[in-house]
Amino acid sequence: MGMTRGTRRLRLAVVAASAAVVLAACGGGNIKESDTSAAGGKDCGDFNIAVNPWTGYVSNAHLVGYVAKTKLGCKVAYQDVKEEVGWQGMAKGSIDTIVENWGHPDLVKKYIDEQKTVVDAGLTGSNGIIGWYVPPWMAEKYPDITSWKNLNKYADLFKTSESGGKGQLLDGDPSYVTNDEALVKNLNLDYKVVTGGSEAALIQSFRSAEKNKKPLLAYFYEPQWFFSEMKLVKVNLPPYKPGCDADPEKVACDYPPYKLNKLISKKFDESGSPAVDLVKNFTISNDDQNLVSTDIAEKKMDPEEAAKKWVEANPDKVDEWLK
Amino acid sequence: MTALQDRPAPPSVKEEQPYVDPVANRHTGRWLAVVLAVWLVGWAVFKGQDTLAVGFQDLTAFHRWLNDLSDQIQLAAAQGNWFFDGVIGSISDALNAIVSWAQELISTPAFPRPVPEIGWLGVAALLTWIGYAVAGLRPALLVLATVLAFGFLGYWQDSLDTLIITVLAVLICCLIGLPLGIAMARRRSVSAVVTPVLDLMQTMPAFAYLAPLALFFGIGSAAAVVCTLIYSLPPLVRITEHGLRSVPGTTVEAAASLGVSRGQLLRQVQLPMARRTIVVGINQCTMAALSMATIAAFVNSPGLGKPVIAALQSLDVGAAAVSGMAIVLCAIMLDRTTTAASERSEKQSRGSVASVGRPGVVLMTVVLEKLPRWASEEQRGRRARPSPLFRRVLLALTFVPVLVAIYLSRQYLGLANFPASVNIGPQLADAVNTFTNSFVDAVDTFTNAFKNLISYGLLNPLQSLLGESPWWLMAPVLVAVAFVLGGWRPAVVTVVCEAVIFGTGLWHDSMVTLTMTLVATVMVMVIAMVLGVGMGRNRRVDTVTRPVLDTFQTIPPFVYLVPALALFGSSRFTAIVAAMAYAIPIATKLVADGIRGVSPTTVEAARSAGITARQMIMKVQLPMAREATVLATNQGLLYVLSMVVIGGMVGGGSLGYLVVSGFSQTQLFGKGLAAGIAITALGIMLDRIARYTAARMGRG
Repeated sequence: MGMTRGTRRLRLAVVAASAAVVLAACGGGNIKESDTSAAGGKDCGDFNIAVNPWTGYVSNAHLVGYVAKTKLGCKVAYQDVKEEVGWQGMAKGSIDTIVENWGHPDLVKKYIDEQKTVVDAGLTGSNGIIGWYVPPWMAEKYPDITSWKNLNKYADLFKTSESGGKGQLLDGDPSYVTNDEALVKNLNLDYKVVTGGSEAALIQSFRSAEKNKKPLLAYFYEPQWFFSEMKLVKVNLPPYKPGCDADPEKVACDYPPYKLNKLISKKFDESGSPAVDLVKNFTISNDDQNLVSTDIAEKKMDPEEAAKKWVEANPDKVDEWLK
Repeated sequence: MTALQDRPAPPSVKEEQPYVDPVANRHTGRWLAVVLAVWLVGWAVFKGQDTLAVGFQDLTAFHRWLNDLSDQIQLAAAQGNWFFDGVIGSISDALNAIVSWAQELISTPAFPRPVPEIGWLGVAALLTWIGYAVAGLRPALLVLATVLAFGFLGYWQDSLDTLIITVLAVLICCLIGLPLGIAMARRRSVSAVVTPVLDLMQTMPAFAYLAPLALFFGIGSAAAVVCTLIYSLPPLVRITEHGLRSVPGTTVEAAASLGVSRGQLLRQVQLPMARRTIVVGINQCTMAALSMATIAAFVNSPGLGKPVIAALQSLDVGAAAVSGMAIVLCAIMLDRTTTAASERSEKQSRGSVASVGRPGVVLMTVVLEKLPRWASEEQRGRRARPSPLFRRVLLALTFVPVLVAIYLSRQYLGLANFPASVNIGPQLADAVNTFTNSFVDAVDTFTNAFKNLISYGLLNPLQSLLGESPWWLMAPVLVAVAFVLGGWRPAVVTVVCEAVIFGTGLWHDSMVTLTMTLVATVMVMVIAMVLGVGMGRNRRVDTVTRPVLDTFQTIPPFVYLVPALALFGSSRFTAIVAAMAYAIPIATKLVADGIRGVSPTTVEAARSAGITARQMIMKVQLPMAREATVLATNQGLLYVLSMVVIGGMVGGGSLGYLVVSGFSQTQLFGKGLAAGIAITALGIMLDRIARYTAARMGRG
């Protein structure tokens, strides 16, 4: 009996739920349907932007997304993914664009040259730098620390519970572009790479190191809003020469100067969406990106709001993207 | 779930223990000392040789082979291979389509509308009504309160997305799991084939199969549903099988003697009688699904996992706390509703299912106990049950306002988008952050000193011992320990697991992970013994402590990582702290139950002999509760291992970190997958050693 009553109730629930769905589907409604062609012209539709885990990227993504949404009427979705997962997503078609790409020659070869599922969409105009940094107080106290040749001399300073008797080199998110393990090995440095986990962890460590005058050597990068708060000092590794980083296991030189670029999926490139041109025309200087990033990371502004603020303050630059 | 918790835990797990002949005095301690001595001498002589340590970027042939395999699969899918593009691709498309349909219905804007098809008012009314229909009035009110809380906390859309993924996964689980469970109950052969697969599914860390699933199903909803499904299916299948098996043989025989067919027997006797048990299975399945649906954010699943991961990346304890709160509320709602639904059916022998829900290595079942109990308590007995007809009329009548609410929510923007003005999430997050910052500032020196004490005093020496012993010394030592503690069976398992770990090329990393697991387990047990003895001896301590433990068990595991990270920075110790937070509640409860289970006459007799409280604990209560203590260690160990893996994200290093990295760097895909295999092997090894030891010590 319990069975029948339960089944009946279940059946009733299903019927009622379907009734609700039907009602929802045909209930007209006077909520204004948003315009698909706000800017006039082509229909935009879905626009999936990859969002990689560092603030500068978040700024770019939301600038492009905000403009696509408000000026082109796209249905924008942000996909939180790591860099390489974003590439895979473009190959699969679930992601349309990456708006700040840091090199990745192996992925360029695989997806752009071989599979031909991803297309280069031009430079962003920002210049990327990756390197090892120390907090300002250290550079002041130990001026010669800025050369890699002296790092072993100071290794003892950087010992922590995690570095197994060696100096600690703090890295960021495991997905970030890094040669640090190989560099430490090939330059015979008495250091161990320890992972901090995220951009926020690195920033937190620099803040605390500067405040408490504690030693810290860490992986960091530009464009980066945090430099306006603290002038970190870069340690010079053996200078970069084209090709010196060809074999990831044998790298013994500094990171290359990165010309950051944008990528779109082949499928999206051929879709005729107006957002394709937006991505291709999108450029941003390091300084402009840092303005937005500071609002997001430092002032805890919602990325959408921060993007809106910048877009409204810079109509001429935005117009360039929409040409 | 309530039923599971209503009886003391130890006997329930005991049924799961393999039978081991009781043998008098094995000199276990003496033999362990011998093994330790040999090990220490070997370590001192050969330290640092043949440790098989490999660089982070170094790959073995096996890792490269896995990489190639992944490339080939990707290429095959891109080129329209019948299986990867055809079969898997279609499943993936279908799942994605269902999820986005449901999302447009209730959570995301249904383009070109600026809002979902059904606004918040309609969704709240509909869910409340469903709660009423399946579980009753009180659960319905709880549903209403929870759904509104989603909005107040500012996670309306994420919460509903989590619900969608969870419910979809549970529905598919029922479609697959119920027939499978029935088949297993009816045929021993099916059971024999499927059970090991279920074992593997439960032992495999969820983290390890996220990457391969993303490879097959692409990132997004489809992969999220599939991994949630894999994780939550085993409890349902096991409990269904168990429920059907538990139908008394006499009843079945009586029915058979009346000449019913097998089909009739199933439909009219076995299923109705096992109904309540099966609903408990659905409850367990739902809770597991919810827990996994959050972790699925790593494959870009929509839902509440996203803000938690974002909080982890930006070290935002406040945001993690608020989104964690939404998850906890969601867990309470689902648990209370499914529990109440099961209690509606005929009362059957309570707790008959307890032994099936064994927490496998990574079965992070959310356990709820004394949270709002009123929500699931039916006022049965006090009032006569309404007739079925009356209920149906009532349900139909109450559906009218639901329809009105849905209609209105489609008409007015204010009823469609949850009003932002009442969103207290950000303020709450700010408050938590302000508190955390001042707290962390205040205890910074202390926490760091503590971290260093444990790291230098316990973690580093032990890691040196395990990690720097040559592998050919370490492997026999582990086998010997397994043999001394548990006999030849776990020793054989240990040999096999060691071979697997060796094959993955990650021996050294496995030893480091093992070290962290052991250190965390020791700390868990120290705290669990103190708390558990206190709780077992004193009702008042129990009343105060238990709700705290319950709350800790309800929070999804990786929400712990954020505050641990804020307190201890990124280190192995941070991962250990998170693991402790996860494992202490279950271990403490087991110890407390064991202490309380000591027969009152024994305690009374001892007391009349005039012994002190200290003697009472050390000489009477703890020895008598030995079985519970050993079990607590067993469970604590398994919980810790599952969490140490996730700790790879907060500086835990070794295997967990490789799994995380493998997921984000293509060239490490194979290595990450290998790390997943190594963790599984490590888990099976520890589980078997602990279980056989528990069985032996418990009887000893």
